[in-house]
Amino acid sequence: MDFNSSDTLAGPRREDVLPATAASAVKVVIVGGFGVGKTTMVGSVSEIRPLTTEETMTQAGIGIDDDYGSATKTATTVAMDFGRISITEQLVLYLFGTPGQERFWFLWNGLFEGALGAVVLVDTRRLEVSFDVIGRLEERGVPFVVAVNSFPGAPRYPVAELRAALDLPEEIPILHCDARRRASSRDVLLSLMRFLHSLSTAPS
Amino acid sequence: MTGARRERRAPTGSAANPERLYVLTGGTEAAERAALDLVTLIVARGEAPPTAPPEQAALLRMCATPLSVAELSAYLNLPFSVVTVLLTELLAARLVEARAPVVRSALPDRTLLEAVMHGLQQL
Ligand SMILES: Nc1nc2c(ncn2[C@@H]2O[C@H](COP(=O)(O)OP(=O)(O)O)[C@@H](O)[C@H]2O)c(=O)[nH]1
Ligand SMILES: [Mg+2]
Repeated sequence: MDFNSSDTLAGPRREDVLPATAASAVKVVIVGGFGVGKTTMVGSVSEIRPLTTEETMTQAGIGIDDDYGSATKTATTVAMDFGRISITEQLVLYLFGTPGQERFWFLWNGLFEGALGAVVLVDTRRLEVSFDVIGRLEERGVPFVVAVNSFPGAPRYPVAELRAALDLPEEIPILHCDARRRASSRDVLLSLMRFLHSLSTAPS
Repeated sequence: MTGARRERRAPTGSAANPERLYVLTGGTEAAERAALDLVTLIVARGEAPPTAPPEQAALLRMCATPLSVAELSAYLNLPFSVVTVLLTELLAARLVEARAPVVRSALPDRTLLEAVMHGLQQL
């Protein structure tokens, strides 16, 4: 890589620079199957053009299978789109859109563990692809809301029916959204924050 | 409805640990890397010394104002693990400062959540 070429390594555009006062950040993860609208949602609410961070890993092959006695290695690259919303001069919110394959989550230290919570984005034409992801969040104790992205031609089920199919308790918010619309994506995030707030006020 | 139904799962307390199956590109042991989150904010403490390798100089230029590790990874076009290795060196040399994120705790911080809600309502 040529680190001296200024065009590729220009860094943030002037309007994408955070104030020097930015002191801490929080993150929310948007998780769902391929093509469900994660990147669209990140892009619609982000104040910066969505960016991509990647991780490459090498999976050691099982067994000895070449002349030199070394194991075969398979390189896998996993990418994640993300965006940013400045909350105050001190606080910044980051949104990460991540594919639902849990086996890659560890690549980004504490992606879910440190997140305030998650948005599970679902498409009613293939609700089953989100079953595993929801289960993983439950196991990890990550609070989440479910946002149903409204694609044309996708069946629109009442929330009660979705709740039954997803086997979600009454308190977990399920809402319809249009990930392309900023106001709609913002409402999904607000719903997650209200839910988190209710967890902190609920009698235990 | 398609008929497929999910079954609720209980919290397990700890997540399965697939780490040992993989080797990160960064190439160093995890212990040699600073504990940096994707949203740890990095700020340069000064100019790059003339001896700084080009990738360090590029990184230091970028975080003249605060920038998350994720943004650095995106702008430098380097994997997250490689950026954390670079940052570990820069932190040790006291060339950058790291501002830790606010992470979820057992009891969510209501003041923080209220601030985020207020910020979102301004969008
Ligand atoms: N009609 C409609 N299309 C959408 C919506 N959200 C995303 N899309 C489209 O669906 C496709 C996949 O979205 P994308 O955000 O790339 O999905 P990802 O794989 O989850 O990141 C794109 O062509 C989007 O324009 C939505 O709410 N309504
Ligand atoms: Mg995407």
